[in-house]
Amino acid sequence: MPQLIDRLGTAKDPWVTLGAEDVLPDSGAMIVPLERLAEALDAGLELGVHLPNDTDPAGLKPYFDRLSLISVGFPSFSDGRGFSIGHCLRQFGFQGRLRATGPVISDQFDYLLACGFDEVSLPDSIAERQPLEHWAATPGRISLGYQRGLAGRGSILDARRAASYAAGRG
Amino acid sequence: MYRYDEFDHRFVNERVAEFRDQVERRLTGALNEAEFKPLRLMNGLYLQLHAYMLRVAVPYGTLDSRQMRMLAHIAETWDKGYGHFTTRQNIQFNWPRLKDVPDILEALASVEMHAIQTSGNCIRNITSDPYSGVAPEEIEDPRITAEMLRQWSSLHPEFTYLGRKFKFAVTGSEHDRAAIKVHDIGIQIIRNEAGEVGYRVLVGGGLGRTPMIGKELRAFLPKADLLPYVEAALRVYNLHGRRDNKYKARIKILVHETGIDEFRAQVEHEFATMDRAAVTAPEGEMERIAAYFAPPELATKPPAPVEFERMQKLDPDFAQWVERNTYAHRVPGYAAATISLKPIGGAPGDATAEQMRVMADLAETYSVDAMRVTHEQNIVLPHVAIGDLYKLYRGLASIGLDMPNKGLVTDIIACPGLDYCALATARSIPVAQAISNRFADNKRQREIGPLSIKISGCINACGHHHIGHIGILGLDKAGVESYQITLGGESTEDARLGDRTGPGFGYDEVPGVVEKIIDTYLDLREGQRETFFQTYRRVGMEPFKEALYATAD
Repeated sequence: MPQLIDRLGTAKDPWVTLGAEDVLPDSGAMIVPLERLAEALDAGLELGVHLPNDTDPAGLKPYFDRLSLISVGFPSFSDGRGFSIGHCLRQFGFQGRLRATGPVISDQFDYLLACGFDEVSLPDSIAERQPLEHWAATPGRISLGYQRGLAGRGSILDARRAASYAAGRG
Repeated sequence: MYRYDEFDHRFVNERVAEFRDQVERRLTGALNEAEFKPLRLMNGLYLQLHAYMLRVAVPYGTLDSRQMRMLAHIAETWDKGYGHFTTRQNIQFNWPRLKDVPDILEALASVEMHAIQTSGNCIRNITSDPYSGVAPEEIEDPRITAEMLRQWSSLHPEFTYLGRKFKFAVTGSEHDRAAIKVHDIGIQIIRNEAGEVGYRVLVGGGLGRTPMIGKELRAFLPKADLLPYVEAALRVYNLHGRRDNKYKARIKILVHETGIDEFRAQVEHEFATMDRAAVTAPEGEMERIAAYFAPPELATKPPAPVEFERMQKLDPDFAQWVERNTYAHRVPGYAAATISLKPIGGAPGDATAEQMRVMADLAETYSVDAMRVTHEQNIVLPHVAIGDLYKLYRGLASIGLDMPNKGLVTDIIACPGLDYCALATARSIPVAQAISNRFADNKRQREIGPLSIKISGCINACGHHHIGHIGILGLDKAGVESYQITLGGESTEDARLGDRTGPGFGYDEVPGVVEKIIDTYLDLREGQRETFFQTYRRVGMEPFKEALYATAD
């Protein structure tokens, strides 16, 4: 049973992930594989979709209104394509829940949040070694970053400018 | 030079604390070795053949004496009393213990230094021209741009788990001393027809096992667009760069396989559609950084002091050192002096703690406290009054760093090779030492003239052999070291990859092979002024091939 972690801690996953061969139900919260998105659109589901990280995220744009969740695949923690996919989905205007699914590590949690993700769904093998405390400790460990325009994390560049104004040097 | 403000200090201190915690979690098993490896690499910590190696960032090669003294302290306290300056303008310590590394990082942080992103599949140290702020033809000090990029790339949440490492280099002069054409992204500061200063952006250069010369991505980029533009380029790379094969994962392969025009179209599309304003540095930030790189106030000095002329006559070694190791400064009466870390028979780029301290003292006394690490693995003192050169020279002589060989045959670049590196397939430092000993005679070196020899101990090309006038690549052929030779490589604005002579040579043969190549050049050159590179471009490979292989039968 994968472990779901977000900013607030662990939670029971309200979503069911549909396998490629499973029968599509007509109610409930379902994360469907990308290739089954078309058939799931008309079912009376609360709909999520799983996007493998070698897929162009722009392809989901027409379905944003219908999707409550997008799960982005992280086949390994060192495969960082998902960070850009998350950023792109937010840039395209997706406002639903964004999930990173795969064996990411707690040291990446802050980066995932900064790229627009809300939660991670971890395989047990990782969750066992990396208890919730590790995940809870990560956000804010680097209190301000140098980049601008990111979710969650404040920017040193903006803080500098604010400090400069406050000191009357702006 | 750039100085940390409260935010920079906090950032680096927080990173040290984070790394300390990561080391602890590795020791408790919360992180397995596969997970810990990229985390330690992103903080400069390698596991080498015999021990850990810590690579410390020297952003764009710029150091002050306080920092150099701290490097000496680290070498003495936690290592074996020396450090190794690298082709990426960084310094490596070859023998630290894992448990000491957080303390070393803390010591570095106290002098505004770190090891962030000196390794790993992320954006590496931003390199630049060692004559930044010195070169008369420079349009703008490239370190301003390099510092902007350093900050932007530090722990960038989106670009820290790239397909492969990513290297930027920036030059502010048309004459390129930063090798921008062999970097993932090379940036040249230019002036357009309207007189505005901006950037020419190159992409897809690199060495390694598939060397390529960078291609033009943007002919002119306004300065204000720097951060969104590089972000767009990195995003396209992160999304589309190959992940199936680490040897095909650099951006050069993506650009090559996609085609530069299509790649450019993708970057420009991303740049046009992204929220640029959200990414761009706020107004005033570049000016804030630029203020740190304002030219130092240099007192007016005579351009050719009588004493200086006299000492050159009295001490011919000094005269030779002046001729080879100094570079005209934009301010009359000053010069940039290169300290050669290539003593005859030495390991290229190595310096002892004592040598570091004396260099720091000399920089403080004679060079406005400034030093630069060069990608040729030497140290530059950028602002020395010509009237002080003799005193500086004597100071260097006292620690054995007075070699007048900058740019000559013994000014060899070499990677650590099989003596240290876990990836190496052959020795490279001992090859450099043997060549250096072979050409020890200073008169002979001067007779040969400008010539760069670059040696890599494996196909990953850390010794930049592809862009050496003579490149030497050490391989393993069925358990025996074999050295492939390339000729005619070049790293500047005329960058080109060397051509292979033919089958490789044995370890013991290399100095003789180099000698044969050089003798062939001396026979063929049209007058003393024609350099090795010029002769090679004129006559091509054939005569060299003949000299190397015809007699071998």
